[in-house]
Amino acid sequence: MNKLISLEEAVNLIRDGDTIMVGGFLAVGTPEKLIDALIAKGLNDLTLICNDTGFVDRGVGKMVVKKMFKKIMASHVGTNKETGRQILEGETEVVLIPQGTLIEQIRAGGFGLGGVLTKTGLGTEVEEGKQTVEVDGEVYLLEKPLRANIALLYAEKADELGNLTFHGATRNFNTYMGAAADVSIVEAKEVVKVGELSPDEVVVPGVFVTHIVDGGA
Amino acid sequence: MMDKKQIQEFIAKRVALELHDGDLVNLGIGLPTLVANFVPEGRKVMFQSENGFVGLGPAPVEDEIDPSITNAGAMPVTIVPGGSFFDSAMSFGIIRGGHVNTTVLGALQVAANGDIANYMIPGKMVPGMGGAMDLLCGAKKVIVAMEHTAKGVHKLLKKCTLPLTAVKAVDLIVTEMCVIEVTDVGFVMIEQNPEYTLEEIIAATGADVTISMALKPMRVAA
Repeated sequence: MNKLISLEEAVNLIRDGDTIMVGGFLAVGTPEKLIDALIAKGLNDLTLICNDTGFVDRGVGKMVVKKMFKKIMASHVGTNKETGRQILEGETEVVLIPQGTLIEQIRAGGFGLGGVLTKTGLGTEVEEGKQTVEVDGEVYLLEKPLRANIALLYAEKADELGNLTFHGATRNFNTYMGAAADVSIVEAKEVVKVGELSPDEVVVPGVFVTHIVDGGA
Repeated sequence: MMDKKQIQEFIAKRVALELHDGDLVNLGIGLPTLVANFVPEGRKVMFQSENGFVGLGPAPVEDEIDPSITNAGAMPVTIVPGGSFFDSAMSFGIIRGGHVNTTVLGALQVAANGDIANYMIPGKMVPGMGGAMDLLCGAKKVIVAMEHTAKGVHKLLKKCTLPLTAVKAVDLIVTEMCVIEVTDVGFVMIEQNPEYTLEEIIAATGADVTISMALKPMRVAA
């Protein structure tokens, strides 16, 4: 089974109002071609789950500038002044989540867990409205799983089954978001034949990848 | 009087003395990043970067920039021999799990009980906490490196007025004026920069400061 599809086919899988997870850390390891194609299509009322909102001219930040999101869940938005403006003007709902909690909520969403217990955020605004759980005398915050309709991911190489390899610091959220979305689309810098990747070098098994877009094409 | 750049360098040089041979250290963006330049000779320190690696090295020369190797502030960096790349779950497992010896962060406010506020000013600036809440919870030692006041406005307080990043998290505060330990009885000054009088330091601090019996002049790395 070949999971390779065109950019056009990829963006047609995404609809107004969808919740999308996007890999990348300040636009490092972000699927820029998929983002550009989404902007060209012009979707609205999306919910974004991403580490950050990139920059006005890089990563998901370009979508923020186009006002494609009604809600953003991220750990950091300080590098994109348009996100800051939309928060202060009340245009977009932004939920700030500690980075280590965000990745664990995504992991829980993809791995069949009912949530995670963490001390991060105790005694801060992050705790508000959440349940605390005591385990052996230690108090933790219960953080619930997160899922999405679509995950848009980046990888260095993908084989046609969706096995992925990475380079440098591009792994970040790309390794878990595929598991936590109904459909995951990976923009790979290079697509190779099955058998060309050593099983030893595969970081994400193809089981978490629905479709591949050739980012080098 | 030191200018802003000299103040930042002075603080970074003092913080560098707190790093020990074999430590795994996470440095925040801005002033804390400078600390890496002053690690005393003979101490091998590994730097962790929350975007996914251990072994953060100095900035590369122009033609050796790899856009996939950046620090948590998206600036190009290098990775040293013995380093490793990993994803965010691993990165925050290292952080939250107590495997980082020391983290160095800036702050907007620190309270005498170790509470810290450094991620937002409501209605004005909402950058977000990034990895700071996890670092403050998980790192074995938390050092705040910052200017003593914000242009004269107190940052060291009885109680923080801004939203907290973490509760009772700070262990040590290094400013251009002094070094303060956060203890069960509040701020204790253990080193004083002789350029400032005790009266000046006390006036610049918005909470009681106990002067250590063993008060020393502030030391800095070479």
